[in-house]
Amino acid sequence: MKLLKLVPDNTNIKFLKLRVPFFVLSLVLIFGSWAAVAVNGLNFGVDFAGGQEVRMTFTQTETAPIPSLREQVAGLGFGEPVVQEFGAKNQVSIRVALPDGTEDNPEAAKAIGEKVIASVKGTYPDARVDGNDTVSGKVAGEFRDQAILALLAAMAAVSLYIWVRFEWQFGVGAMFALVHDVSVTVGLFALTQMEFSLQIVAAILAIIGYSLNDTIVVYDRIRENLKKYRKMEMGDLLDLSVNETLARTVMTSLTLFVALIPLLFFGPPSLFGMVAAITVGLFIGTYSSIYMAGPLLIWMGVTTNSFVQTESAVDRQEKIARGEI
Amino acid sequence: MLDFPLWKKLSLWAVTLAASLLALPSLANVAGLDWPASLPNPQVNLGLDLAGGSHLLLEAKSEDVRKQRLETMEESVRQLMRNAKPRIRIGDVSTADGQLSFMLENAADIDRARGLIEPAMQGQTTVREWELTVVDGQRVQLKPTEAGINQAIDDAMDSATEVVRRRIDELGTREPTILRQGDTRIVVQVPGLQDPEALKALLGKTAQLEFKLVAEPGAAAVGLETFPYAPGEGLDGQFVTVKRLGGIRGESLTDAQAGVDPQNNRNVVNITFDAQGGAKFAKLTTENVGKPFAIILDGQVLSAPTIQTPIIGGSAQISGSFTPESANELAIALRSGALPVPLVVVEERTVGPDLGADSIRKGLLAMAIGSFAVIALMVATYGRFGIYATVALVFNVLMLLGLMALGGFTLTLPGIAGFVITIGAAVDANVLINERIREERARGRKVVAAVETGYKEASRAIWDANLTNVISGVALFSFGSGPVKGFAIVLIIGIITSVFTGVTLTRMFVAGWLRKARPNDINI
Repeated sequence: MKLLKLVPDNTNIKFLKLRVPFFVLSLVLIFGSWAAVAVNGLNFGVDFAGGQEVRMTFTQTETAPIPSLREQVAGLGFGEPVVQEFGAKNQVSIRVALPDGTEDNPEAAKAIGEKVIASVKGTYPDARVDGNDTVSGKVAGEFRDQAILALLAAMAAVSLYIWVRFEWQFGVGAMFALVHDVSVTVGLFALTQMEFSLQIVAAILAIIGYSLNDTIVVYDRIRENLKKYRKMEMGDLLDLSVNETLARTVMTSLTLFVALIPLLFFGPPSLFGMVAAITVGLFIGTYSSIYMAGPLLIWMGVTTNSFVQTESAVDRQEKIARGEI
Repeated sequence: MLDFPLWKKLSLWAVTLAASLLALPSLANVAGLDWPASLPNPQVNLGLDLAGGSHLLLEAKSEDVRKQRLETMEESVRQLMRNAKPRIRIGDVSTADGQLSFMLENAADIDRARGLIEPAMQGQTTVREWELTVVDGQRVQLKPTEAGINQAIDDAMDSATEVVRRRIDELGTREPTILRQGDTRIVVQVPGLQDPEALKALLGKTAQLEFKLVAEPGAAAVGLETFPYAPGEGLDGQFVTVKRLGGIRGESLTDAQAGVDPQNNRNVVNITFDAQGGAKFAKLTTENVGKPFAIILDGQVLSAPTIQTPIIGGSAQISGSFTPESANELAIALRSGALPVPLVVVEERTVGPDLGADSIRKGLLAMAIGSFAVIALMVATYGRFGIYATVALVFNVLMLLGLMALGGFTLTLPGIAGFVITIGAAVDANVLINERIREERARGRKVVAAVETGYKEASRAIWDANLTNVISGVALFSFGSGPVKGFAIVLIIGIITSVFTGVTLTRMFVAGWLRKARPNDINI
């Protein structure tokens, strides 16, 4: 049986040749994302913003009447609601911020949620309540802090691990790639104004894990080749390492991709945002492992000699310890 | 590397099969099959987002505990001074600025007063709970220490958790989760609950019951306080002024039952006091026949009937405008004890049961399609080696489910996403190994050497990649909350099982085949 080969043997793609334009592109993406977050802000869900969220399914119609819902709920006098499709076309999430001074008053929040539900059900008797969340402003603030803390802790811990297992340049490179992946994903949420919730934070952390997987496989090969080819140009060595691992990179990305696609289209609607974030992150992460993590090593002065020297220095110390010198 | 003695094979199979079998009860449950009751039945818990139900986060305000401590101390100081022989007269009592302060009318009493108060300052623990200072030789100030307050909050939260548990048990809901979280919070999760409002109404009641004498008109304002009528009594906006001290608190109840007053057919709650409370109640009602007393619940007056005859039997009746439901609710709340501190709902999530079932169905469908696609891709790319990876993948999914059931972990909606990612990424180890074997073959190594080198060289990258993933999973778990935690659990367990099945199991399969078939070439 002839087996499928996604990547031909012995590819020799000159990835590193384009390192400057791609690196500029990455920087533009990173700063662009930050700018998008600064200008647009994130569309925080109740997890992070606090307030009331009512999720409803319209069982008799195919498309939820979003504009008229928005008008109707706004007419209740609790400020501008956020009404958006939630997974399927006939499902909506209606978000109402709690008025000033009532953020920590559960009675007020409860009353608002009940009024929204009663009002919508009055107009659309087929609307089914799927869920109703109330998060006080204080708890939402804590969720925000915890999420940021979790992201920073994860990034710091894995960078530290790579530094210990490889060399400091690799740790910095991996950290940079992670900052890139997280920034661009968050930036995308700022641009599209898709709801940013606790689930999305979990998605971003999954991306961190996946992107790191990729980076580590490439780095591992670089480390191996650094010992093997001591005379090679650093750029060529990086290209060789990326090419050697290319078949694996493509195959793993593809298997993850084919596992995610059904979840995106057939999975529970409430997971859509999370799965979409992971799917996008899959591409961003693969890109950053190739175009950022590698070139950064050159710019930080890793050469084919750098680790050879440290190794021989270690040998020398061992010889001294054994009394041979 | 490819050497698998019999004992090793047997133990690997034992671990794999044992963990996989643990998944069967959960699978049978999802498929709607009956699992024989005689067999062990570990289940993967379904999170509320899958099972439907209510999640409440209750919080106590530490301010309330502070206030209560001062009030209790004030009562005992007054009593101590009154009972002292001869009586110590005090005045200008205040509980402002977080401390209790009062003046002795006669400065010479200071040492006696101190001697009486000091034992009352000592709590149950070794923690110093109060600081006593004397200003100008005549003014006594009692300030609760931070350690004492913290101890009190801790105790209050412990007993509040107990009270919440009793109340939820009274509702007869199944498998509620009630946990203390942090210093001042309690998480309540009730799967499949249809009526979250009833739960909230029940938990929102502090159920602090007080009987206080109504003040006579024209009495001096000192020592009086005013409470509003509870809504629904038809007396909205009206207030009752009562004497602050000398009443009875409802702490000493032994029972409470909803009932109907035969005289006027109104819904009432019948309460029974313990011996001590009954005696106090008898004394209060005997001394004040003909005077009205107010029944106050959580700071609102339910009713203010006049005491017709002394009530000495140790039982009494609470009247008010109750419906049968609200009378029953109050009875439950009183029976389960008063919350030592009011709790407010700071986070509430409810998920309808329809949505949960729908999510599981869709999640399983997506998982099935995804798994099939991954398997097809692996077999098409790596042939026999892909089949081995596939078998390992199936065991991986079973083991992951089995270990989650064994550990009693909860599968949430994001957990399903974690499952899918695990499936997608689990084959990464095999991809790494197989690609490496291809490379080694291309470099001209013989079959066995190529396979051996493939496993050996790939395992370094596999180890680093997975360990970093575990590290970020642990960070997720320790700092995350709710859905993030559910995702992290699946991720961490999934990494462990996938490394086991992807590296160790496949190696055993490959080794077995190589030994038996002794191929000169492999199609990879």
